[in-house]
Amino acid sequence: MTVTRSATVTLPTDEQILVTREFDAPKELVFKAWTTPELVRRWWHANRGEMTVCEIDLRVGGGWRYVMVAHDGGMEVGFHGVYREIVPGERLVSTEIYEGLPEGVSEDDAATLNTVTFEEQDGRTHVTLLVQCQNQISRDAIIESGMENGLQDALDLLEQAAQSLR
Amino acid sequence: MARAATTADAFNAIAEPRRRQILDVLAGGERPVNDLVLELGLAQPQVSKHLRVLREVGAVEMREAGRQRLYRLRGEALKPIHEWVRNYERSWNERFEQLDSVLDDLKEDEGDDSDA
Repeated sequence: MTVTRSATVTLPTDEQILVTREFDAPKELVFKAWTTPELVRRWWHANRGEMTVCEIDLRVGGGWRYVMVAHDGGMEVGFHGVYREIVPGERLVSTEIYEGLPEGVSEDDAATLNTVTFEEQDGRTHVTLLVQCQNQISRDAIIESGMENGLQDALDLLEQAAQSLR
Repeated sequence: MARAATTADAFNAIAEPRRRQILDVLAGGERPVNDLVLELGLAQPQVSKHLRVLREVGAVEMREAGRQRLYRLRGEALKPIHEWVRNYERSWNERFEQLDSVLDDLKEDEGDDSDA
């Protein structure tokens, strides 16, 4: 059987980012790999750095914190949040706050609510990660923060182009 | 999942996988609708719907040439969004490839347990 092991990213609404992917493993194992610090340390860095902090207090109201130091330039990026809902092997809901927010942006505004669902079929698990932002402005901020240098200018151009269409 | 307000802004319009495919094709130059129908393997009404969304956010432009409607990419300004989605997707792909190998190890461990 051919397996399409490729993540798909879409923006279903103005406030959401959706990532989906299928894994060749039962959902209990995927959930375990998603929520066990020693295991998260092995994949979350995406080969782009080293995780220096990986804390997971897996209970409702418990916190999590991930910090990575990038191979390229040694920049440190951190994220943390609180678990809101935990259904082992099925569903995980938590808040997420980026620790490098620009000045003037409050954590409350920038926090996202992330819902991960694990659905198994024939021993394979379909994972969806839905990032729900407070509003379109905060989603755009997330998008912009993920952009390479120089793209901001282009984004400004886009905004002008979009405004000229109204 | 409900797909409300898909056309509300350029990010949404461009992040839809089929529409990104259309943009990829148009990146190679101006094309008639029929070409897009063939390349994407979608029915014409669906392609037209996607093209309408892309036009609404200014991502593509259309002109009529005889009986044909020709579409082309509009403005370099739209590229960054396209690239952002790709980058974001690439970083999740790299992350998930690592996760694949973690899962392989976990499956092996389970196999060992059941053999024991």
